[in-house]
Amino acid sequence: MNALYSLLFVFLLVLIPLFGVGAAHLNSLFGASIPYLAFCIFLIGFVYKVFTWARTDVPFRIPTTGGQFKSFDPVMFKQNKLDCPQTGAQTFFRMVLEVFAFRSLFRNTAVSLHETKDGPVVAYKSSKWLWLFAITFHYSFFIIALRHLRLFLEPIPFLPVGALEFVDGILQIGAPTLYLTDAGLVLGVLLLLGRRLINARINYISYVSDFFPLFLILAIALSGIYMRYYAKVDVIAIKELTMGLATFHYVIPESINVSFFVHVFLVSCLMAYFPFSKLMHLPGVFLSPTRNMPNDTRAKHHVNPWNDPKIKAHAYADYEKEFGVVMAEAGLPLDNPENGKAPEEADA
Amino acid sequence: MSDIPKADELFKSIDYAPPATGWMETPVDFSPGNWCYPAKPEKIAYMESKMPGLWGEARQWVPGEADWHLPANWKETVVNGFRERLKKFRSLQLFMDICVRCGACADKCHYFIGSGDPKNMPVLRAELMRSVYRGEFTLAGKILSKLTGSRVMEENVLKEWFIYFYQCTQCRRCSLFCPYGIDTAEMTMMARELMHLVGLNTNWIMEPVSNCNITGNHLGIQPHAFKDIVDFMVDDIEEVTGRRVKAPLNEKGHEILFITPSGDVFADPGIYTFMGYLLLFDYLDLDYTMSTYASEGGNFGSFTNNEVMKKLNAKMYAEANRLGCKWILGGECGHMWRVVHQYMDTMNGDNQGSQMTTPKSPITGTVFDTAAATKMLHITEFTADLIKNGKLNLDPSRNDHLRVTFHDSCNPARGMGLLDEPRYVIKNVCNNFFEMPPQTTREQTFCCAGGSGLNTDEIMEIRLRGGLPRGNALRYVRDKHGVNTMACICAIDRATLIPLADYWAPGVTITGTHELVANALVLEEGEVRKMDMRQEYLPGFEDEEDDWTPPNMEA
Repeated sequence: MNALYSLLFVFLLVLIPLFGVGAAHLNSLFGASIPYLAFCIFLIGFVYKVFTWARTDVPFRIPTTGGQFKSFDPVMFKQNKLDCPQTGAQTFFRMVLEVFAFRSLFRNTAVSLHETKDGPVVAYKSSKWLWLFAITFHYSFFIIALRHLRLFLEPIPFLPVGALEFVDGILQIGAPTLYLTDAGLVLGVLLLLGRRLINARINYISYVSDFFPLFLILAIALSGIYMRYYAKVDVIAIKELTMGLATFHYVIPESINVSFFVHVFLVSCLMAYFPFSKLMHLPGVFLSPTRNMPNDTRAKHHVNPWNDPKIKAHAYADYEKEFGVVMAEAGLPLDNPENGKAPEEADA
Repeated sequence: MSDIPKADELFKSIDYAPPATGWMETPVDFSPGNWCYPAKPEKIAYMESKMPGLWGEARQWVPGEADWHLPANWKETVVNGFRERLKKFRSLQLFMDICVRCGACADKCHYFIGSGDPKNMPVLRAELMRSVYRGEFTLAGKILSKLTGSRVMEENVLKEWFIYFYQCTQCRRCSLFCPYGIDTAEMTMMARELMHLVGLNTNWIMEPVSNCNITGNHLGIQPHAFKDIVDFMVDDIEEVTGRRVKAPLNEKGHEILFITPSGDVFADPGIYTFMGYLLLFDYLDLDYTMSTYASEGGNFGSFTNNEVMKKLNAKMYAEANRLGCKWILGGECGHMWRVVHQYMDTMNGDNQGSQMTTPKSPITGTVFDTAAATKMLHITEFTADLIKNGKLNLDPSRNDHLRVTFHDSCNPARGMGLLDEPRYVIKNVCNNFFEMPPQTTREQTFCCAGGSGLNTDEIMEIRLRGGLPRGNALRYVRDKHGVNTMACICAIDRATLIPLADYWAPGVTITGTHELVANALVLEEGEVRKMDMRQEYLPGFEDEEDDWTPPNMEA
């Protein structure tokens, strides 16, 4: 149901520019105003959210350690420097692997229950599917985004844009050349979608807000592919438009196919949706307190900005006052011998 | 335990297929056995007098009844408390925002594995809170409500929190597998802080908390009784070894203050571990003292709120200062070490006296820079260093009747990274050591299902379900290698793993690591040990004194 709602939403989003440009000829609205607005929402929302996180305190250092810590004898007990970092540099490499290789996800296992003749068995096996789907999807998306820089830069730098395009199109299938990442993105989205639909457990925890970005990105990918491989849009004209946007001198050439406006509108929706959604895991992963801190809390002093110095232990003096008599009887030393004397009869 | 199904029946009852109704519509089971008993009002009243404003009004209430007697302004209190904590903890704020519900954590929780209840998937457990976060604090959640999985704070939501945030042992196994390191333990801690504000609590946490504050330990053992117990153990050590060990209490002028969880003083088999510490220290002629005032390492405050965690932890430095100790040696304990390692210096470092120094073993001269800030050393680090430097005369064959595996406790494993030292110690004191399957040990270790204050009998079925992953791995090494002993370095483990092993892997006994050390320790040249620390005869000595009766059974 949640998936259907999301699909329906995305259909509606596709219809808006189709009518807006195709029928109402609102080219400059869809070619310039909406993308500008969406980009502003994205930028402001993104920065605001990251700023909110960054100014929230990290009172305690709570890294999740995934291996042996730095011991008193580093030779005999070898530290796992990546999963249990102790220095800034080690933590940096942990984060690099986390961000670029999805290291924690790579560890994933799947549990299953079996009734054998010897009794019940709980089994775990390595499960790297999600890692594979996710990495296919994210890298394809990332490279495609970088490739698009050619539309906003003049002259186009060979590194990274030109080099990426070369490698991405290296199989030279079809004309225009098929980019591997185009296929990768569509495949990645479909696999992630399929997982959400088919795996009952994942389906159970999926909201509209989990399906919607997937369908939206799928629609963006398909509209892009349609433009490039089927509609064969006028790239020179598009570059004129995008360069205009980048330099704040926008022009809307007449020769641009409506599919371009669909594509741009969907991207605008994604940009505007981004800061308010779970897609903020992109900047969030860099700030995760269980991953981005060294495990050095026993060796180095850290400060909790709101630590309350007024909170003190129950005082020993009070303890001795309460238990002094029995302590004295048991032969335990007292700070104040008065506390060891039984209360006088008069008190009773 | 009579109404608890047999192990194979329970196993068959686990179903991973989610229910037909959405999770927000699926009602919560409030029947007895599904919740821990609430705190006795006097315990709350006492803590309110010591730390006002954190507990709500002390009152009698029953989770199985419809009316929980919540204070009139409960909703305002919880929502405001939530808002306040979002500002105080980046972890909370971030973990509310960035989860993508990929489900990598779903089957990592021992409670989910053993129950199949989808609300025990860490992702959904956190959604119990996230849904309220979105509904109360985010614009998108307010506008789109159910489409984004949002809802506002209501009484049945709070009740759901009570059930499920007391079905999380804060073991952090989900956090290890999460691509963003989202830590359910953090969210459980916050949810519990919020529930405490309106008087939702459990007695098995609040009674230890209030006891710790008054008597120094969670069992409420008064100083003279503490001394009696220690003296009794000194007698038992003499019975086993012929050696009368020193057991200094509350003495000033010693170099080291030793603090262990009070479970080691009170409960079987923790007492054998405690005897192990005493024997080792006497063998070394260590310049140390224990304290009746700071007689608890375990910090039940960490299951309530960070203020009480700080208050209870502060006792350790306060006592080191009073007694003039230079550093603190800590016994085998799980959440005590999470608190010591990750929180202690940040919370209470300013309370260290100027006499305190970086721990340095007086026996080997090793300086432990890794503990330079907290001035507190884990006993397996201390003992591993002794063994490495050849300071202990060990006869591991005395443990030959034991075939041993090691259970990594969650907190030392995933909250510290203490993995190899205990193994090194165990391998040096016994000849038969076997690892459980790799997905169930070290950083991937499974919880005993009784941590974070859930070691209480009224939820025994839940604990046994949560104990399935650990119990099954244990059964595997029992069947494959004849393992009959599981060692651990946590007092809660020593208490909760016993019913767990009896249920899932009968025939396996639970032991602390330093009990094994004490068994193997050769006190003097040519010493013959006929009994182990439990006063059970070692193989070869069984028949020698057929008519022996334990000293406490003598007429």
